[in-house]
Amino acid sequence: MSNKPIDRVAQATPAGVARKVKGLSDRAIAWIFVGPTIFLLLAINIFPLIWTINLSFTNFRANRPNRDVEYVGLRNYERILNDSDIWLSMQATAHFLIWTIVLQVILGFALAWLINRKFKGNDLWTTVIVLPMMLSPAVVGNFWTFLYQPQIGLFNYVISFFTGADPSSFEMLGSVDLAPWSIVIVDTWMWTPFVMLICLAGLRSIPDYIYEAAEVDRASKWRQFWTITIPMVLPFLMLAVLFRGIENFKMFDLVVQLTGGGPGSITELASINLKREAFEKWRTGYSSAFAIILFVTVFGLASIYVKALNKVKER
Amino acid sequence: MSYSVTEPSGKQKTIAATLVILYAVITIIPLLWVFITGFKTPPDSISYPPKVFFEPSLEGYVNLFTTRTRVTPEQLEALPPPEGFAEEIVRNRKMVIAGPSKFGERFMNSVIIGFGSTFLSIVLGTLAAYAFSRFKIPLKDDLLFFILSTRMMPPIAVAIPIFLMYRQLGLSDTHLGMILLYTAVNISLAVWLLKGFIDEIPREYEEAALIDGYTRFQAFYKVVLPQAATGIASTAIFCLIFAWNEYAFAVLLTSGTAQTAPPFIPTIIGVGGLDWPAVAAGATIFLMPVLIFTIFLRKHLLRGITFGAVRK
Repeated sequence: MSNKPIDRVAQATPAGVARKVKGLSDRAIAWIFVGPTIFLLLAINIFPLIWTINLSFTNFRANRPNRDVEYVGLRNYERILNDSDIWLSMQATAHFLIWTIVLQVILGFALAWLINRKFKGNDLWTTVIVLPMMLSPAVVGNFWTFLYQPQIGLFNYVISFFTGADPSSFEMLGSVDLAPWSIVIVDTWMWTPFVMLICLAGLRSIPDYIYEAAEVDRASKWRQFWTITIPMVLPFLMLAVLFRGIENFKMFDLVVQLTGGGPGSITELASINLKREAFEKWRTGYSSAFAIILFVTVFGLASIYVKALNKVKER
Repeated sequence: MSYSVTEPSGKQKTIAATLVILYAVITIIPLLWVFITGFKTPPDSISYPPKVFFEPSLEGYVNLFTTRTRVTPEQLEALPPPEGFAEEIVRNRKMVIAGPSKFGERFMNSVIIGFGSTFLSIVLGTLAAYAFSRFKIPLKDDLLFFILSTRMMPPIAVAIPIFLMYRQLGLSDTHLGMILLYTAVNISLAVWLLKGFIDEIPREYEEAALIDGYTRFQAFYKVVLPQAATGIASTAIFCLIFAWNEYAFAVLLTSGTAQTAPPFIPTIIGVGGLDWPAVAAGATIFLMPVLIFTIFLRKHLLRGITFGAVRK
């Protein structure tokens, strides 16, 4: 066998195919490679988005497809902004969002900071801590309802063991006061490791010589922490908050399994409310308008936030 | 021993280790609790105080995989002796096995849809990532951002028109419909992660191959693909885990033929009253593969969960 390049080419692919591909320019290949992805996204993301925008101006109901569809202009949007249920669900979302982020940032950073002490076996324990965040949120929510059972649940038992309260005297999921916190607890249990991993990457990116220089300058440990560690980790921490913020704004599966939005509608987050409007009350036009408002909100907030993040990075 | 300002002291390490291990133990208890509940009998699972020591039983697993009917004591006596341990456990509860439950089917649906959508996302994602990494594409950054932004939509918001569209196309509650949908969701992750992995492969390898007379195509699959194998494998696991865990689309768009396990597992409880061991058994079987994958993925975990933004 000859070793000339052209022969190797001939061996590698059937002649017909080889001739066909050889003629393609890089530009053509680029489009062939990117095309299917863009097409799929247009078909399953963008087309539906446009359809949703269109539906949001109508009074369409998906359970009555044969009824005449009327265009109602901005009426759906007006009604949403004046709907007190929607505002309650936005409040529930805000409570959930703010507290999960605060707790996860504090716990996640603290854990990362401790793990960065490089004690023996830190890899193993990091892996253990990380496990919950990879699990199916719906299944997690489902088995936490078991842990939260009054009387028989492990969570209630542990709390009563430490506080002396009667384990059947409080219902984590059934009481208006506790339910918003019970979803915060499960989300924090599940997602603290996410913030921790990102902070850990941030801490490990700080070169030792900076601390050494600070030591030479006789900066106190406390001062080093606030003037070196925190500013260097901040971009990472902000990235973690961005991801958690977007995810928890959309939160559906975990909370639907835990409380189903109840008791009453105290834990009815935006996505759960949306599901109820769209697939239980079948107010398709109305819920489409709500979906658009939610999407624009996430997108807008995320864009502003990314700009701030880039500024912090540049510093 | 040399003194280093950045190396923590032994005492510091002990305190840090104690606190981290304490957190890890608290984290793992709920998971262990579910695991052991799967091996309890229903009365043991709802006893007070919660039982840590108990006689293990496979009743939860038997109940998970079977449907049962209650029989009268007379009927029970008239039956031939039980065959196998499953029948025996069920007879002790004055019931007989009526047939298999739907869990096996739902689990298989998860497998089919998970692997199908992962395969498609990886094929499409690798091609697109290679093009984004190596070629000049007009509006490249905008396109990449567009691909990422499709992830910001709440799934329920997308589900409304998808529901209508699938109803028209006959894709509701089909494997194909779910595979296409999960591929569309996963592709943003696949493109972003794989672009990062391919960016790390030096261009010189391909250029050498091109000079040797390889076409672009051959350079791609003979030089770049083998180099990117680890990256492709870990991206595939991330896609698989997403499809495996997904609930919102599954619960809205499937109800029977193509229903996956996450919407099914919570319904197990309704079948036989408070059958927590069966639910725990289902959760254990369903979560186990992901736990194993997570341990394999350790090195690339951070990259996967941040869409390649943090590489370490």
